[in-house]
Amino acid sequence: MNNNSKFSVEDLDLFYGDFQALKKINMEIQEKEITALIGPSGCGKSTFLKTLNRMNDLVEGVTIKGKISLDGKDIFKEMDAISLRTRVGMVFQQPNPFPMSIYDNVAYGPRIHGITKKSVLDEIVERSLRQAAIWDEVKDKLKKSALAISGGQQQRLCIARTLAIEPEVILMDEPTSALDPISTLKIEDLAVELKKDYTIIMVTHNMQQAARISDKTAFFLVGEVVEFDSTENIFNNPKDIRTEEYITGRFG
Amino acid sequence: MVMRKQFINQLKELSKNVIKMGSIIELSTNEMIEALEDYDVAKAQAIIDRDMEVNLLEEQIERECINIIAQQQPLASDLREVTSIMKIITDIERIADQCADISEYIIQLSKLPRTEKPVRLEAMIDTTKGMVIDVIDAFVEKDLAKCERVIETDDIVDKHFNKIKQELADMMRANSDMVEQGICYVMIVKYLERMADHSTNIAEWVKFIVTGVLTIG
Repeated sequence: MNNNSKFSVEDLDLFYGDFQALKKINMEIQEKEITALIGPSGCGKSTFLKTLNRMNDLVEGVTIKGKISLDGKDIFKEMDAISLRTRVGMVFQQPNPFPMSIYDNVAYGPRIHGITKKSVLDEIVERSLRQAAIWDEVKDKLKKSALAISGGQQQRLCIARTLAIEPEVILMDEPTSALDPISTLKIEDLAVELKKDYTIIMVTHNMQQAARISDKTAFFLVGEVVEFDSTENIFNNPKDIRTEEYITGRFG
Repeated sequence: MVMRKQFINQLKELSKNVIKMGSIIELSTNEMIEALEDYDVAKAQAIIDRDMEVNLLEEQIERECINIIAQQQPLASDLREVTSIMKIITDIERIADQCADISEYIIQLSKLPRTEKPVRLEAMIDTTKGMVIDVIDAFVEKDLAKCERVIETDDIVDKHFNKIKQELADMMRANSDMVEQGICYVMIVKYLERMADHSTNIAEWVKFIVTGVLTIG
C-alpha cells in the first residue's frame, strides 16, 4: 500500500450472479485528491464506486472477491457497513433531498448519530451549508422545504447533507448530469474546494469535467481498468489505444 | 461504427490546409533558388507576392483551430494535433516571410555589379530546401524518422552559415567595392539559417503529435 492511499483496491472481482461486472481491479486512491472514473455505460465504474462504501452488499446474488482497504483496514472484514458509510459519504446523480426542510435535511445524519442539542445542530447545519457553497442562498429559508429549491441547489444541499456527518471520502455518482451548466460549474468548483479536506471519487460521463477537476483518472471498460494515471496523462497522452479511442470519441 | 463524422472532417480539412500552406513554401523555396541563380527579379517578385497567400491561409487555419477547440473540445492525439498545428503554421508563415526577405535581397543584388557567389551557398540552399521538403512530408506522413533527420540536418546548415559568413567577411575585407553585395549575401544566408530553424521547430511539433512527449526547446 502506498503511503498516501486512502483506498487500496487489490484484485477486486465482483459478480452479479454469473455476470462478472468487475475484473481484477487494482487501484490506489490517493488522499485529498479527486479521482475521476470514466468509461462507457455498463463498464463497471458505478458498480466500483458503490463497492467502495458497500452499497452492493444488499444486492441479491452479488459476490465480491479481493480486498478493499480504507486507511489500511479491510472494509469487508474489519469494518461494518454503517461505520464505513459514516466515513465514506455518497452523492447521487439525481439530487435526492428528503421531503423535509433544508435544515432538517442537513441535520438528519447528525441526529441519527445522536446529536440533539440545537446549538450544536445549528452549527453543523451552517458549517455544512457553507462548505457546500449554498449557505448564502438558503440561510433565510432554512425552514422551507428542500424540494422547493432549484436542482442545482438541491444537489449542493445533498453535498451539505453528506458533509454534515464529517466523512473522509465523498463518492459522487455523476453529480452534475442532471444539472444546468452554471450549477455544474458550481459543483465542480465546490469539489475542487472540498478536496483540501476530503478525498473525492467521482463517476462522470463528462470528459471535460474529468479533465478540468480531477487529479487522477481511471478509464473503465467492460469491467476492467484499462488505464489509471494522472489526469494530464490520460487526456493529453493516453498509453492505451482503447483509452485514446474513448476519450477522442472514436469509440462506438 | 465511425463516430464524430463532423469532427473528423474538420480535422481532415485542417490538415489539408496545412499541407496547402506547406506546398506553397516548397514552391517558394524552389523558385527562390532559381531566382538567385541568375538574379531573376520577376521570379523574386512572384515569391514576395505569394507571401500574402500564406498569411491568409495562416489566419484561416488559426480560425479553424479555434473553432475546433470551441466546438469539439479535442482531447489526446486530437488535442495534440490541433494545438501543434497552431504552432506549426506560425513556423510555416515565418519560412514564407524569409523566402520573401531573401527575394528582396535578390532584387537588390540584381541592381548591383555581379560578384562571385559564396562557395558553399549552393550546398546551404540545397540542405535548407531539403529540410523544408522533408518536414512537410514528415507532417503529412507523421514520420518520426524524417523529423529526426530534419533536426540533425540543422547542424549542417549552421556550419554552412558560419563558414559562409567568414568567407563573406574575408571577401569584403579584400574588396571594399563588394561590401553592398556582401551584406546582401550575409542577410540571405542568415534568412536561410532561420528557415532551417523553423523547419526544426516544425519537426519537433510533429514529433509531439506522434509521441505526446514535449521536447521543444
